[in-house]
Amino acid sequence: MIFKKPIRIGPTKFKIFQWMMHIVILAWLILVFYQGLTDQLGGDPVQSLLDFTGIGALNLLVISLVISPIASYLKFGQFIQLRRPIGLYSAFYALSHLMVFIAFELQFEMGLVLSEIIDRPYITVGFTAFIILSILAITSINNIKKKMGRKWFTLHSLSYIAVILGGIHYLWLVKSAWYEPAIYIIVSLLLILLRRKKLQKCSNSACMFIYTVLLYMHTTWIYRQRAPL
Amino acid sequence: MIFKFDKANSLSENDVTDESIYKQRRDILKKLGYLGAGSLLAASGSASAGPLDWFSSDKAEAFKTTPLSFKKSNLNLEIQTPEQKATSYNNFYEFGTGKGDPVEKAQSFQVDPWSLSIEGLVEKPITLGYEDLFSTFNLEERIYRLRCVEAWSMVIPWVGFSLASIIKKAQPLSSAKYVSFQTLYDPKQMPGQRSRFVGGGVDYPYVEGLRLDEAMQPLTMLSVGMYGKTLPPQNGAPIRLVVPWKYGFKSIKSIVKIVLTDKQPPTTWQNLASDEYGFYANVNPAVDHPRWSQARERRITSGGLLTQNRIDTLPFNGYEEVASLYKGMDLRKFY
Ligand code: HEM
Repeated sequence: MIFKKPIRIGPTKFKIFQWMMHIVILAWLILVFYQGLTDQLGGDPVQSLLDFTGIGALNLLVISLVISPIASYLKFGQFIQLRRPIGLYSAFYALSHLMVFIAFELQFEMGLVLSEIIDRPYITVGFTAFIILSILAITSINNIKKKMGRKWFTLHSLSYIAVILGGIHYLWLVKSAWYEPAIYIIVSLLLILLRRKKLQKCSNSACMFIYTVLLYMHTTWIYRQRAPL
Repeated sequence: MIFKFDKANSLSENDVTDESIYKQRRDILKKLGYLGAGSLLAASGSASAGPLDWFSSDKAEAFKTTPLSFKKSNLNLEIQTPEQKATSYNNFYEFGTGKGDPVEKAQSFQVDPWSLSIEGLVEKPITLGYEDLFSTFNLEERIYRLRCVEAWSMVIPWVGFSLASIIKKAQPLSSAKYVSFQTLYDPKQMPGQRSRFVGGGVDYPYVEGLRLDEAMQPLTMLSVGMYGKTLPPQNGAPIRLVVPWKYGFKSIKSIVKIVLTDKQPPTTWQNLASDEYGFYANVNPAVDHPRWSQARERRITSGGLLTQNRIDTLPFNGYEEVASLYKGMDLRKFY
């Protein structure tokens, strides 16, 4: 690894690559919404959109988290620049996911939106992940980032919690096909393992927070295992 | 009398969606797939049809259905689900867990020859071959609501006959109390049975069961067709159960065996998660699935996102006449 040459791409080529990434991620989302509106999304367009945006958010989040390890392994510094936009797109996909849920799945029955978030452990977990992603998205504005200094890195290590919560959300909503969500959870745990040195530098308060989240997840898991109503 | 039927009417072409719309959709999916493959977003074939399915091959030729003759139903109170949607949005884990998997992967499914046997606690066991499925009983059309446990629903014109008529023909013994059903087990044809990953971790063959009085209820039917034609494989060709007041997973597909028993038979979803799916599985807005509400449902009709209907779910899916079967039972306990 020490002998490996750093990778560098010409700035124009890299710009083109970045633009392609933006176009693909955005155009895909727009196209799928367009298909939904024009009844070209199969039997249940609402379900298809929920699935597309949910999987999209989770995939983008995982991709944003594997960028650092890959970049440092390949000594490909420029690659890191993709981390922020992809993380932001993950938050944006998660926002569209929530909007589909509110507007099309529950058709603006706001009381039900609230009770679903509280009563259904898998939605509670997904919503928690969404809140984390939103906070991370807002604090990724440059000015805020500068003001926060070191705290910023601590805060943004919550993305590892978000990806685990996303995986658990997925695991709890499937009826029986648990393999795919399990793969996401395993990959997330591997990522945490890879980054454990960096993550250990987080302050005590972050550790406390993470511990609280884990405890809370554990209780919801027990709740999920309870006898049926 | 619950049903009223018109005079015999051969071959209907009610509101059959024409082939071109279907083709058009497939083409768009293909284009999307092309776009998808080049991008960073990895697809998951999990719970969705549509743009995520870019692993599907388009080579398979569509399964050929044939028009049936039957007594047409004159009860047509609700807007029917378009045929194209009812035949492309399916749960049939033998062909994959995604809603679009069955239509993609089942087109080469062999239904002829077929053998359906009725055995167990009966006087006269019966075996029906493929042709017999269509010729032994008078076929009639019945337009039923289908309510999936996942909180969506359709309105589908089935063609078939009462389950009661075939059971009567086999002459049940007085000791018979339950009826169990089994789907074909053929891993060569059903990829979900070859791999636990594709088949959603289900132990195959898929099995279902009814109490004998539920099986004899005149609403309970064996369907051999829909929208005036024989069933396509994704909907359970060549013969499937339809129990309209129960969640869809009770309506077992591609049946090869019906056995009358004296004990309550095991059912696939109960085996998988008995705290979530019971033996009875009657549609009941008052009893939630542990993970989601059953109070309302999304009716699948035509139109895009903006025309989706959320409607109240009715007890017994609106088929109140079956309530007497469950007198004195606590339906929260027997969910
Ligand atoms: C904002 C709060 C959220 C709500 C209310 C919510 C709700 C839902 C619902 C209702 C479904 C469909 C369940 C079904 O198939 O029956 C779903 C699926 C899904 N959601 Fe969420 N979710 C939220 C946040 C998230 C976040 C933040 C992620 C990812 C990081 C995510 C990832 C997924 C995935 C992967 C699926 C499964 C897609 C599939 O089945 O293919 N969700 N969500």
